Amino acid sequence: MEWLNAIVQGTLLGGLYALFAAGLSLIFGVMRMVNIAHGDLIVLGAYLGLTVTTVTGLHPLLALAVVVPAMGLIGYVLQRGLLNQTLGDDLLPPLLVTFGLSVILQNGLLEIYTADPQKMDAGALETASVAVGGLSLGVLPLLTFAIALVVIAGLQWIFYKTALGRAFRAVSDNQDIAQLMGLNRRHIFGLAMALALGVTAIAGILLGIRTSFDPSIGGGRLIFGFEAVIIGGLGNLWGTLAGGVILGIAQTVGANIDPGWQLLSGHIAFLIILAVRPNGLFQRVSG
Amino acid sequence: MKTILTPTRRGFMAGAAATVSAPALLKATRAYAAAPTLRIGHVSPRTGPLAGFAAADDYVLSGIQKAFAGGLENNGKSWNVEIISKDSQSNPNRAAEVAADLMLGDEVDIIVAASTPDTVNPVSDQAEINEVPCITTDCPWQPYFFGRNGVPGEGFQSTYHFFWGLEDVIDAFLDMWGKSGVSKSVGGLFPNDADGNAWGHAELGLPKPLAAAGYDLIDPGRFQPLSDDFSNYIAAFKDAGCEIVTGNMIPPDFATFWSQAAQQSFNPKVVSIGKALLFPSVIEALGERGNGLTSEVWWSPNHPFSSSLTGTSSAELAAGYTQETGRSWTQPIGFKHALFEVVADVVKRAEDLEDPEAIVAAVSGTKLDTIVGTVDWSNGPINNVTKTPLVAGQWQTEGDSIDLKIVANASAPNIPLTADLQLLG
Repeated sequence: MEWLNAIVQGTLLGGLYALFAAGLSLIFGVMRMVNIAHGDLIVLGAYLGLTVTTVTGLHPLLALAVVVPAMGLIGYVLQRGLLNQTLGDDLLPPLLVTFGLSVILQNGLLEIYTADPQKMDAGALETASVAVGGLSLGVLPLLTFAIALVVIAGLQWIFYKTALGRAFRAVSDNQDIAQLMGLNRRHIFGLAMALALGVTAIAGILLGIRTSFDPSIGGGRLIFGFEAVIIGGLGNLWGTLAGGVILGIAQTVGANIDPGWQLLSGHIAFLIILAVRPNGLFQRVSG
Repeated sequence: MKTILTPTRRGFMAGAAATVSAPALLKATRAYAAAPTLRIGHVSPRTGPLAGFAAADDYVLSGIQKAFAGGLENNGKSWNVEIISKDSQSNPNRAAEVAADLMLGDEVDIIVAASTPDTVNPVSDQAEINEVPCITTDCPWQPYFFGRNGVPGEGFQSTYHFFWGLEDVIDAFLDMWGKSGVSKSVGGLFPNDADGNAWGHAELGLPKPLAAAGYDLIDPGRFQPLSDDFSNYIAAFKDAGCEIVTGNMIPPDFATFWSQAAQQSFNPKVVSIGKALLFPSVIEALGERGNGLTSEVWWSPNHPFSSSLTGTSSAELAAGYTQETGRSWTQPIGFKHALFEVVADVVKRAEDLEDPEAIVAAVSGTKLDTIVGTVDWSNGPINNVTKTPLVAGQWQTEGDSIDLKIVANASAPNIPLTADLQLLG
């Protein structure tokens, strides 16, 4: 029972990690860019959610209707105004620029919102639970997992069933030829970043309901996102979900042996998979 | 540091020139000037994860600067006081760097620092090396003393510290739990960091005194800070039937634990957590679930002390901050103010402000009633350390706002109780 509980709670935790990772996975899949500021963008999403809920009094989940488009817009502007200039044959400039962006975001948020830990008030949802076969499962983690499933399925659908997805895959396969075929890759990259930050906004708000956040916690969340992406296979969306779940289960099962092993066992699971299958568990699905 | 330790020809020439010309320069600048200036260096985590501790710096420092505006009297002579404040960015390495910069670049005469071992220890270590008088606060004394490899009986030369210790938290918590009448089974949440390891330490931490007082401590082990899941702790506490939860956590970890506890239907009667529950902003963020949580209280607007420098009472100091910023009072306000009270007192009493040793002698001879209680290094628990009183408090809702009520004061009966302990759930 104890182990079952650990595995189930870990799976639900994996849903949150998959949401952290989905945006990273998408950006890497489309433009081969590693976004170091991703963790801070999650926190930015949480703060935008907080602002919307405080100003309008909306429930945090309803605030998504405002925050997701807002983050999407920020993503598009960010990509076209800044990040597109850094993309090229060299991997280093986008890394450095997003690292700088991360520092700017942290200190900007500190300036505006102060260092006080904040939390979004989701009322009864935060503490509600359902009993399933002797296990007590929180409604919020269940909801988070369900949202992760929907988001991943949605992204998968966009990638493989829509014209936009075709454009994403085209620029991902070969930017120059895609450009010759009449796709404006700068615009496509902008849309990809917009979509990624839309997902990031969802992750941010769910994080903000689950726990308290302050401007400095983004970096700590980035590592789980990276690990989930790499375990699942770079650019493979369902793989990212699997990666998140594996990471979550590794953590809770490790913690069941000894609480000190919680984060360690997640990292070890990651390293083992990296050693055995350097490309991740699942292959990147191509065109 | 490197440039100083490795002599170069150019550096040697500059140093030699400075030494040769020093008497002339000193004559021109400070020793014989009309109103000499004393420089005080101040290191605090303005930005980064510890920024909450320094949130009130601007308010406290502006008040102190007003009090220092007319200069301070020393041996019949008026001294101008200049405070140079630097940001540690919540990073111990950075704290050491700016402290060295203050002492070697700005040539401060006294250095002060506050807010957690990550700021206090590196600054004190630098001050000890450079033999600059240093006063610090806002960090329990065990991590300060043992964290700096202090030897009991020997202590340090130039660095002094006032705050409370782990034994005071334990006493305050035991006092409070004794009043609650709940079963003596305690769940322990200790992270794998300096504070968590000290609290959970088998010899020096909570386990021994709790066992002596008849409590069962369920301690599943050390978790890494910023964990996303506490299911295993919750399961262990549920199995053992814990009615009390204690520990030392950072706010995000506590928030995660506390909502998971509710989701997994674990409902303790008393929750006493160090560090995480200090700030009103944290409690407000928890909403209704913040009501009834308990914490250690180092200072509150209800403390019956007032400033030796400005005469301001605790209540006035706290209210002033709320008025100026629109934010709730925090416990570090009192200690930051007291730090400069001690500095002012030392400046007034030092036999010779030009001589660091005389300043250190004045620091060690301090007997001052400050806004946080008496600071007197002649009766500390260990060398270079003195303690201020500690009580236990509970966050209780009052109408729309939530207030920290003092519910247990056995170790400091001069701080009045302001409410009875209420059980959770």
